[in-house]
Amino acid sequence: MTSTTNEPTGNDPAPRLGRADIAKRAARDLIDGTTVNLGIGIPAMCADFLPNGVELLYHAENGILGFKDLSKPGEGDANIMDAGGKFPKLVPGMAFFDSVESFNLIRGGHIDVTVLGALQVSRTGDLANWIIPKRGIGSIGGAMDLAENSKRVVIAMEHNVRGDIAKIVEECTFPLTAPACVDQIVTDIAVIDVDRDNSRMILRETAPGWSFDDVQARTEAELTTTGEVGQMV
Amino acid sequence: MGMDSSRSVCDAHTKDRTIWLAVPINIISNSFAEAVADIPSGASIMIGGFGGAGGQPTRLMLALRDLGVGDLTIIGNVAGISKTTGYGWPDHLDPIDQGMFFESGQATKIICSFPVPGTTNPLSDIEKAWREGKAEVDIVPQGTLIERIRAAGAGIPAFYTPTGVGTPVSEGKEHRDFDGRTHLLEYALTADYALIRAQKADTRGNLQYIGTSRAFNPAMATAARTTIVEVDEIVEPGGIDSERVGTLSTYVDRIVLREAGDPLP
Repeated sequence: MTSTTNEPTGNDPAPRLGRADIAKRAARDLIDGTTVNLGIGIPAMCADFLPNGVELLYHAENGILGFKDLSKPGEGDANIMDAGGKFPKLVPGMAFFDSVESFNLIRGGHIDVTVLGALQVSRTGDLANWIIPKRGIGSIGGAMDLAENSKRVVIAMEHNVRGDIAKIVEECTFPLTAPACVDQIVTDIAVIDVDRDNSRMILRETAPGWSFDDVQARTEAELTTTGEVGQMV
Repeated sequence: MGMDSSRSVCDAHTKDRTIWLAVPINIISNSFAEAVADIPSGASIMIGGFGGAGGQPTRLMLALRDLGVGDLTIIGNVAGISKTTGYGWPDHLDPIDQGMFFESGQATKIICSFPVPGTTNPLSDIEKAWREGKAEVDIVPQGTLIERIRAAGAGIPAFYTPTGVGTPVSEGKEHRDFDGRTHLLEYALTADYALIRAQKADTRGNLQYIGTSRAFNPAMATAARTTIVEVDEIVEPGGIDSERVGTLSTYVDRIVLREAGDPLP
């Protein structure tokens, strides 16, 4: 589909999507006019792929709402920053506020959608994304508040570590960011809904050339379907 | 890694009944060195901003480093990732962050939400000190950290939050259900000093901020026993529009003016 698509590796049946295509697929479901917080990495790339006519009210936890047109890192005004350390341009309607107000927005449940990365997601929607036990030290930042309190939590990430280690697991072995919080996972091979009420994961879409069995083989948590499985691109 | 932050040296302080002059004679310090000169070893120090150059009291931090006092507890947010990653700093400058107090060996503890970057190559000063057993690192969710600071300034000793339930952050803390949802009890967090940054001060100490430089600065100004402010401009009363006062002079103990044309952001 695009130049960012990878070559098939190992036993993969077909290429996996590139990071930009993961972001593009996650961006497709974002709804016009909603208040959205994008985490660093693949989530932040969603801003580059919004469908035509969709405008979001971006929130960043350092105290900015309504920004757009991200500058490249390292350029711009140090006093107009997003939480990823980039410097958005000043645009009409943008609002600044302090960290108390910023986390009133988050903890108060006023953020519609948060897109985050993950180290592990469990079948019941537990999220682990702040510390690798082997390293012993990690950074929480705003992730626990965002994951616990946003109306909808979408994970945008690569499906496996180094091509084979499962990140979508029966139970997280890494320390949690928040329990039972994830609504949807978009990866380089699949789109999976987390049906938390029934403790099950529903495979919605696969990357081109990937079957249900191909995705299940690379996913520790048990997957199910509730109808047609679509194609991601 | 210290996960138990429920009762630390920085909990809400007992009431200070000393009555200070409502309008101090002069709160303007002559230099950054003078402004921090009374900070003793063993002090707890809030450092404002978010992480990155904007809103960071960089000149006050450098003065505290030059003062050389030790056994400090630092309270910040994104604490020590700019030097190794460039986070929040313009490309043409060498980033300065709170890791400086761990590189210098002055700090023995940090309470923050984001102590280390994703990468360990190169190793940040805080992670290096932590690995060598020279620093305790207390990692607090950002919303809980700012609310603990706000609570200290607002005279609220503790509060409940849903954030952190089911995670290592909840260990040892009181859990309580409200409307069917479990919450954690978190305690107010104060400090001996707050070093903060504003764009403008009037001679009374009213402050005006710019852009995203607010972050942790306004809340920290209310929470510490002594608040010291680094500013780019000092004006007479009236020089800040009364509608735009971001921190009230009541909270401000000292202000220090940066030199015109300071190359640091």
